[in-house]
Amino acid sequence: MQTVKMVVTGPFNAGKTEFIKTVSEIDVVSTERKITKESEKVKDTTTVAMDFGRITIDDDLVLYLFGTPGQRRFDFMWEILSEGMLGFIVMVDSCRPETFREARSILETFRAYAPTPYVVAANKQDRKDAWDLEDMRIALRLDSTVKLLPCVATDKESVKKVLLELLYQILQEMEEGAE
Amino acid sequence: MALKGNLRDFSLTQLLNLIHLAKKSGTLFMESAQVKAWLAFREGKLAYGKYGDEDHSLAAILYNARKLNANQYRTIKERGNSMNDKELGLLLVNAGYVSQQEVLASLQEYLKALVQRLYAWSEGTFYFNGETLPPQDRINLRLNLENLIIEGARQLKEVEQLQDEIPSLDIALKFRERPETDVHNLRLSKEEWRVVSFINPKNTLKQIAQALRMNEIEIRRVAYGLVQAGVVEMVRSETSTPRPITPGIPNATPQEQVSLVKRIIQRIRSL
Repeated sequence: MQTVKMVVTGPFNAGKTEFIKTVSEIDVVSTERKITKESEKVKDTTTVAMDFGRITIDDDLVLYLFGTPGQRRFDFMWEILSEGMLGFIVMVDSCRPETFREARSILETFRAYAPTPYVVAANKQDRKDAWDLEDMRIALRLDSTVKLLPCVATDKESVKKVLLELLYQILQEMEEGAE
Repeated sequence: MALKGNLRDFSLTQLLNLIHLAKKSGTLFMESAQVKAWLAFREGKLAYGKYGDEDHSLAAILYNARKLNANQYRTIKERGNSMNDKELGLLLVNAGYVSQQEVLASLQEYLKALVQRLYAWSEGTFYFNGETLPPQDRINLRLNLENLIIEGARQLKEVEQLQDEIPSLDIALKFRERPETDVHNLRLSKEEWRVVSFINPKNTLKQIAQALRMNEIEIRRVAYGLVQAGVVEMVRSETSTPRPITPGIPNATPQEQVSLVKRIIQRIRSL
């Protein structure tokens, strides 16, 4: 059995766990803990080690989705998780501009680990206070060649679209590399 | 969609950068605990603004700029209430009280001073409304934002924020391909011009700092200003050693890798 993995990363409360839960065929192995720090209480729990989801491709192949912990104090896990990844997704909460700088920094960190293909998913685009994609592109300082995709992490079709865009990117880079 | 937040998290410099690069039209409303202010833009250029309850009429701006004396100001306020700024400006120019250049220069100084005051806000909510266009009854300017942004970056005191914005000095800068930006129109300090002369994808910020004997904070501040002004962008240095690509699929030939990814695509589509 061959396994491949993709990593879902991004700032605290960007929607990484939800993203993986939406498409994983197993209950996500989530290492969540109750949040005790008042300043981080925008939700009740947070991932402290990693999330882990699975999609069986066929009899010989399994895709694993790893979600990184959102809080910076667990960033020692990032490099371990990124080892051997096929590509990665940076999740950003479209409604929380205060996390954009952190998202930019995480993106740069992952790009430094391995220059593998990636896409940026602008989560919570269904909300009224979500920032416009083009505004986010500028705020995140993304080059026009970087795919910035609208996303709703709780919606299966939306999550599939993000995964597919990343896979198209991976395929394109593989084909270009083979030429 | 919404463009709103808190200046604590997304500074005015960053907002001006966004408005400038996206060539936005509309009004940026800001509110601190004590005062409200707004700046109106057309196609990414500053057109007008207001700070708190202060008189922002043309008469007040010219009076504050000492282009009108107290008597003239009082008379205009008494008699000219039915007149809008455009009509008043025309009247004053035609009557020879002020020149057109003086009117425009006074408005320009007023707007620059207003932005300077807003830079002092470390906290406050903001909201950009693309439907509220610059007021038609005022004389609208078309003030380029680059210099205002660079000025804002110079005032950035938080070293931590500079480190967040420019996390590594091993990156290089390159000029953005924006034909409308003319670097010669930028009002840069001598130090900033010296940095500009070294901008090249081959030179890391560390190398530039060493060559110009600048410390880390100084080089970060200059780089941050130029990036925010949309003049340059950060790139990986061309001289840095490329990292080996981590193989996503070990022990697979390129053809096998392509085939494997196509299988994953098929499966995801069918979910």
